[in-house]
Amino acid sequence: MTALEVSTSATSSSSSSESTATKPTLLTAVVAYLTASDHKRIGRLLISFSAIFAVGTAIEGAVLGAERISPSSSLVDAGIIVQLFSALRFDLIFSVAIPLMLGLAVAVVPMQVGARAIAFARSAMLGFYLWLFGVILVGSSYLNNGGPGGGATEMVDLFLAGLGLVIAGLLLISASVATTVLASRRAGMTLIETPIFSWSALVASISLLLTLPVLAGALIYVAVDHTYERATFGATEGVNAWIGWAFTSPQIFIVAIPTLGVLAQIVATMTRGKQPLRAGLFVGVGLMSTAVIGAVTQSSHTVNFSGNISDILKSLIPYLFFNDLSILGVLVVLGLCLLALKKERAKLNAAFVPAFLGVGMVFTGMVGNAGYKIINLELSNTVFEEGVLVYICYGVLLSGIGAVAHFGPRIWGREIPSKPVLGLGLLGFLATVLASLPYFIAGFVDQPASVANGFDYSGPIWLWNSLVAAGHALMALVVTLFFALAAKSFRSGPISTATSADLFESVNG
Amino acid sequence: MNTSATALGAGPTVVMRRPALVVAGLLSAVSAMLIGSMLAIWLDFRSNAPLRESPDGSKMLRDWLPENIKIPEVATNTMMMTFVITCVMAQWAVYSSRRNDSKHVSLALGVVLLTEIALVNAQFAVYTQMGIGVRDGSYMTMFYAVTATMLAIIIVCMGFTLLALFRSIAGRAGDRDLVSAHAFYCYVVSAIFAALWLVVYVQK
Repeated sequence: MTALEVSTSATSSSSSSESTATKPTLLTAVVAYLTASDHKRIGRLLISFSAIFAVGTAIEGAVLGAERISPSSSLVDAGIIVQLFSALRFDLIFSVAIPLMLGLAVAVVPMQVGARAIAFARSAMLGFYLWLFGVILVGSSYLNNGGPGGGATEMVDLFLAGLGLVIAGLLLISASVATTVLASRRAGMTLIETPIFSWSALVASISLLLTLPVLAGALIYVAVDHTYERATFGATEGVNAWIGWAFTSPQIFIVAIPTLGVLAQIVATMTRGKQPLRAGLFVGVGLMSTAVIGAVTQSSHTVNFSGNISDILKSLIPYLFFNDLSILGVLVVLGLCLLALKKERAKLNAAFVPAFLGVGMVFTGMVGNAGYKIINLELSNTVFEEGVLVYICYGVLLSGIGAVAHFGPRIWGREIPSKPVLGLGLLGFLATVLASLPYFIAGFVDQPASVANGFDYSGPIWLWNSLVAAGHALMALVVTLFFALAAKSFRSGPISTATSADLFESVNG
Repeated sequence: MNTSATALGAGPTVVMRRPALVVAGLLSAVSAMLIGSMLAIWLDFRSNAPLRESPDGSKMLRDWLPENIKIPEVATNTMMMTFVITCVMAQWAVYSSRRNDSKHVSLALGVVLLTEIALVNAQFAVYTQMGIGVRDGSYMTMFYAVTATMLAIIIVCMGFTLLALFRSIAGRAGDRDLVSAHAFYCYVVSAIFAALWLVVYVQK
């Protein structure tokens, strides 16, 4: 009898006694849900809210794309446009990508490491609420012209306070996830024996615990200055100069670390746990976390291939270390996953498609970032960098779709149909490419970054921006459809026959 | 017929690998990165401050700390010494905990709490003696930001001490993990303060 069967039969026996008891009202059910300390519920809340925010974020992207179709006309008020550009970055990273991956980790990691619950569950729940209220505050400030560079001073203060709450919440959740992997593993499970998704969640959590306080430190200075003096840190206009590094590479690479774990975990299930060079996967995930060094030093290392060899080498070495070592990590994991699939002739799993394409998008974004940092390509201050951000964050979103399809039956207890997942994964891939690739091209023809009107260049401006708008709109549709599919399947779909073994990969390969 | 679905049941026996110590380590990393980043920005501002002549005209000084501001060194040095006492007392609690001596654990933790209260008091004394306003200039704004953040970390440490103290008073004499984790966090907070003391109060 599987663990699920035991659990189901237990539910069966208890259901008869429950039927005589009073049925919970909607209000009590909601209160029970909102005050829960069950890790699966906390994870579901994080995943659900990040999906809802993902739809809003994609709509923001579509509006910004549409606004740039014609540089001479404006659909949206000029004052709001500046806030929309900033809001898109904030939302992609702090409202969607990080909470989605942390939500999956909260729900799945305790089951994978054999813990009864997540460590410091109430702290994780508090973290969820801090994050949620922080996002709402930040959203309110953006709506009232209060983001970085905003005109309403009080609303900029609200933005800074909201961002502080978001950071505090994400730190609490990260600490819970990291402590669970480090201290709550079942007897006999060493760290090297933890499933690969849990390992990636640990690496991502520790990376966030090391980088978010650096953002918090800058934020405290900026907030105190903005509240009292408004001179030292450049007042409202200076906000982005001090905290802007958190919304770009290499900080955004950290967000994508769990995508490698999701892919490797799905592949491990497909190959029935036979993974050659398993330790290599751990190294690959670890290599991606070298982005932490670039993030905490807030350094952007570029390379210039003109000049003498000595000068080139001087800029090339830090460039390779800070920008390309993480790419090597992705390549290692991708290579080992493909090797395992080839060796074992594994059967295709629907969840594999979005997870694989998601990592592919992250990889493309990281390669694009490496190109962006080559001075000779003259891409700085162009929309190319927006393309990098969207590639990576939508890659995380795609990977999240794969992870929900794969882990969902273990989190919710019901199956999700394969064909729609496959279709939505492919549509999501198309949406990501449409929302990012045109800006890679427009970057080469000097379309300026964060500018919606008054620019001009030789090329089909309307085409690139229309494609981007369509890509974002398609992503909004994909997330909505997947959310509806998941909600329907996990509420009334067939009961899952998955066993706990499906969450693990074999230790010995 | 049962139609309700549940996910996996409880897992096998869990071996808790000193979670208090793990979370203290993570909290330490967060605290260190927080103050470290603030000190880095402080140093950046200080090194970019314009140069001015010293009052006797013999050398050039960085125009960073306004001339009319005097750092109360007695109070700040006393804070540093108090941190050393805090660490010794925290280690005494660990020593007593290993011997299941709950009275001494409580006594040691009580002294740690007192020293932490003294630290908070000393920080407010520093503010009073300096008599500067947060709006008075760049130095003052940054001084209040970094020292108030340190104060918040000390208050977090105080909360940790209270937790360990309550558990000790409640009779958990063998609560070694928590007491050890508390001592570890005290060491880290002391080291963080030492860095801040050196940069902000000594080098100014």
